[in-house]
Order: sequence, then C-alpha cells, then structure tokens
Amino acid sequence: MTQGLDPTEKIKDWKSIRDDFPILNKEINGHQLVYLDNAASSQKPQVVIDAIRKHYEDNNANVHRGIHELSNRATETYEASRRRVAKYLNAARPEEVIFTRGTTESINLVAHSWGQSNICAGDTILLTEMEHHSNLVPWQIMAKRIGAKLEFISVTGDDGLLDLTDLDEKLDRAKILAFTHFSNTLGSINPVKELCQRARKAEVVSLVDAAQSAGHTTIDVQEIDCDFLAFSGHKICGPTGIGVLYGKKEQLEEMPPYQGGGEMISKVEYLESTFNVIPHKFEAGTPNIAGAAGLHTAIDYIDRIGLSAIFKHDQHLANQTVKRLQEIDGIRIFGPDNQRSAVVSFVLQDAHALDLATMADQKGIAIRAGHHCNQPLLTKLGVPSTARASFNFYNTESEVDRFIEVIQQVQKMFV
Amino acid sequence: MAITLDTTIEEVIENFEFLGDWEEKFTYLIELGKKLPALSDKDMIEQYRVQGCQASVWLRVIPKKNDIYEIYADSDAFIVKGLIVVLLLIYNYKTAKQILDTDSSKIFEQLGLDKHLSPTRRNGLHSMVSRIKALANDSITKVS
Ligand SMILES: Cc1ncc(COP(=O)(O)O)c(C=O)c1O
Repeated sequence: MTQGLDPTEKIKDWKSIRDDFPILNKEINGHQLVYLDNAASSQKPQVVIDAIRKHYEDNNANVHRGIHELSNRATETYEASRRRVAKYLNAARPEEVIFTRGTTESINLVAHSWGQSNICAGDTILLTEMEHHSNLVPWQIMAKRIGAKLEFISVTGDDGLLDLTDLDEKLDRAKILAFTHFSNTLGSINPVKELCQRARKAEVVSLVDAAQSAGHTTIDVQEIDCDFLAFSGHKICGPTGIGVLYGKKEQLEEMPPYQGGGEMISKVEYLESTFNVIPHKFEAGTPNIAGAAGLHTAIDYIDRIGLSAIFKHDQHLANQTVKRLQEIDGIRIFGPDNQRSAVVSFVLQDAHALDLATMADQKGIAIRAGHHCNQPLLTKLGVPSTARASFNFYNTESEVDRFIEVIQQVQKMFV
Repeated sequence: MAITLDTTIEEVIENFEFLGDWEEKFTYLIELGKKLPALSDKDMIEQYRVQGCQASVWLRVIPKKNDIYEIYADSDAFIVKGLIVVLLLIYNYKTAKQILDTDSSKIFEQLGLDKHLSPTRRNGLHSMVSRIKALANDSITKVS
C-alpha cells in the first residue's frame, strides 16, 4: 500500500493546474465559476477526492485497535499523514502533530488544556486586534472562567499593520501571545518569527494561527520557534473536518488531556485512568482517518507546486486586483500596500458589500461579504462589513478581469 | 409616520414578468429599495436589529387598532432594502390572521427571488419574516 503522491512528478503550468480541480469547470448561475472565496475554504484537486475514496474502498477500519490487516492499514494511513504534516511544518517529531477538526478546535484545545494548567486569575492573555473569532472567543471564555484578562496588540488602521511599539511592555504582563500569521480580513502578513522570538525572550508562550498561511507560504515551526501552531486541512486543498495542532513536545507532555474517551488512555479503572502518551493523549475517540488520508495527499499536491511559487502567484493576483480596484471611484481598500497575502478586502461608497457579493454571485463569481468573523476589527475600522476576494494558486488573471468588470458594473448602478 | 409605497405587490409581480435578465431585476429592486423611507436613528438600535451576518436589518412592528400591524424596516444593503419593500407590500397593514395566512416564500418564488429569503443566505430577511410571523402568532394565541 502506498500513501501520498509521487514526489518526483513535475508540476504543470498554472493554467492546466485548473484541470485537476473538477469544481472549477462547473457553471454557477449560468456562468463559468470564478471562485474567489479561498480564504473561507479552498477547492479540492481530484487526487485528494480519490485519496478519500480509496481509503474507504481499500483500507477502511478503525485505527490503533485491531491486529487485522485493515486496521493496520488504517493505522498506517493515519500515522503516515501525521509524519507528512510533521515534515511539512518541519516539526522535530511526528508526535508534536495532533489531529483536530480544524484551527478552531486546535485553539480551543490549547485554551482549555494549556490554559487550565498555566493561566491563573489576574494573568494576561495577549492577542491582536485582527484575530478571527476562533482565536478570540476561546480565550474570552477561558479568561472569564479563570478570572484572567485579555490584552490586544493594536492595528494601526486601514493598512492592517500591527503597532509593535509597546510590545515589550505588553509581553511583560502576558502569559501567552496568540496571533494570526496572515489576516483573513486585511491580507496582512504578520512578522511571525519576530513575534515568537520576542515572546520567547520574555518567557511568554506563543501560538500562531496559521489558518490563512499554511497552504500559501512555507512554515517552519523550528525556525519560527513557536510553542503552538494551528491550521485547517480544508483551507489547503484538503478535506473539511481535519486540522492540525502543532505543539512543542515539552508543552504537550505537561498539558492535561482535552477530552476523555478511547484512544487517549493507557490504563482505565473505575475511578481513575492514566493517560496515553502524546499525541494520542489529545486524540480521544475514533479520529478522522479518511480526512487524514486526504490531508496527506493535499500536502503532497501543494508541495509539488511549491509554496514559494504559490506565494508569488497569490501576491501577483492580489496586487493586480488592488491596482485595478484603485481605479474605481469611491473605493476603500484595506490591508498593507506592499506585503500582502492572497486577500483583498474593500468597501465601495454607497453600495453595501452584500450588494456587491449578490451581484457577483449572479455572474458566477464567489466572493465573501460580511464581517469575516472579525467583528471587533471592522467596528474599529468603522465599517459593518467588507467585500473580500481571496485567491489561490488555481486562480488566473482573467478571473481577476471578470471580477473587476462586475465591480465596475455595480459601481455604475449605485452612483 | 407610516410607510406608504406607491406600488402594490401585484404591480411588482407584473413588472417582474417584463424584466429580462437578472441585471434588470437587480436594478429594479434597487429602485424599489430607494422608495423605502429610512428608519429614524431612534429605531436603528440593537433592540430592533434582526440577526443577519452579511447585512443588518432593523425591524419594528407596531400593533394598531383592529388588529392591524404597522411594519417599519430598513437595511444597510440596497438589495436588502429592495427585498424589504417587497415584504412590506406583502405584510404591512395586514391583520395577524392575514399575515399568518400569507406565504411570502411563494411570492418570492414567483419573482425568482426565493433564494434571497433562504435562511442560509443570512442577509436578515428570513429572520425578518420569522419575527413578523411570530408576533402575529403571539397576538392570535393571546386572543383565543
Ligand atoms: C485566521 C483564521 N483563523 C481561524 C479560522 C477558523 O478555521 P476553521 O473554521 O477551519 O476552524 C479561520 C477560518 O476562516 C481563519 O481565517
């Protein structure tokens, strides 16, 4: 049995990559689909869809439980995926990779488990003002329960940069710094290595929300030197329902379990149990084995294209989009001028983001309108919602053209 | 001041039949939306906000004499304003019984706008209809 894709196979050109994604050929509302909602979820190449099917057709059984052949195969599928993720992140060991349902669950795991044994009443949790609700609400819940405080690194304004002038003072007060690598709302790229290293110097634990960066740029957890890092499979061409929490071994070993159940124990008596070693301690119950198989293939696929090529391609399309949007009257674009990721958020005077997104949808163009799970930030910037186009490596310049055409059209309707 | 709209739901349905592609319909809806008087600031408050994740809708329903309901609503999105006008044409100044007996989704389907009323759209319209119906329902159960 083999897992993953042949690493020696060369990538094709950008255009023919699209043929790998069955959904990209579909018509939506009578138009060829233009999918620009990649920050919400990415599309899946055929090889990932096949990997999931193959698991159910050839290898399906529960993991770590049976001695029969299928159980061995399922276990091997699952553990091979863990090794693949470890390699993808350059983790020192596979057991530093914990499978979860996604970024949200990964962060909740840290907030509950690490938080429970490390945060006391009066302690400070340091976040930034641009966090997705999933890196805000778990900390709010935890802080309320324990009586801890939240503090925030400010966002300077529409340019979406972090104000780091008083970072050292804030770190002095903090127990953990949890922040997003790439902003899902502004397209900002935060200085992940600098932030983690300054946290470490101040003896503050760091957690990186890599939901928006994991499939778009190279991540090396040893180089960044973070304590925790979270991402979701579905945003990097993998299936929904599988995600990753990377944690340094020293941290994970000290942490109490997150959920109780099968798989996570080593010995159970009626009144007490002892827990399994990492990573199993944090993986109670039957895991998402097919999801792990799909994620493995997705990572192989992305690596075959190459993360530095993907990053350049994203940035090119995003910059192109910004340049074209700037020509439109009454537009306000958010995010940094130069270092921008694959996300372009904007509002158009008079038209609401929902008006734009509804019109775009009628033309087969999928963009997002709303608060992007980032309500406090938009409140700070003084807008109820923005329209957002977000790219992936399968998007093309001609898709940017079609998107800009619609925005121009809507703009005319509203003046 | 009560909202008066110089058109009827029958007229809107008729006009829609003459409109060609979706762009024409969209433009017409936006024009309809412009007829909607803006809610006063004192009504645009949290208490009257209907949950919608993509746009905000404010809704105030005032019971009048003879079991008639006066409805005030507004949104920050133009397309939603237009759709609100359609809903007002259906439900404004109706009795609780008339409100409960009228299926707006049928009319929206006829207009080809049904997907904008769907709860998955999260533009606030579905919640708006639910809230109007719930109020009408409350009044009927109270009476009987
Ligand atoms: C920055 C960021 N963090 C966290 C999440 C949550 O990811 P998931 O819903 O896959 O758990 C998202 C998804 O939108 C995100 O963009």
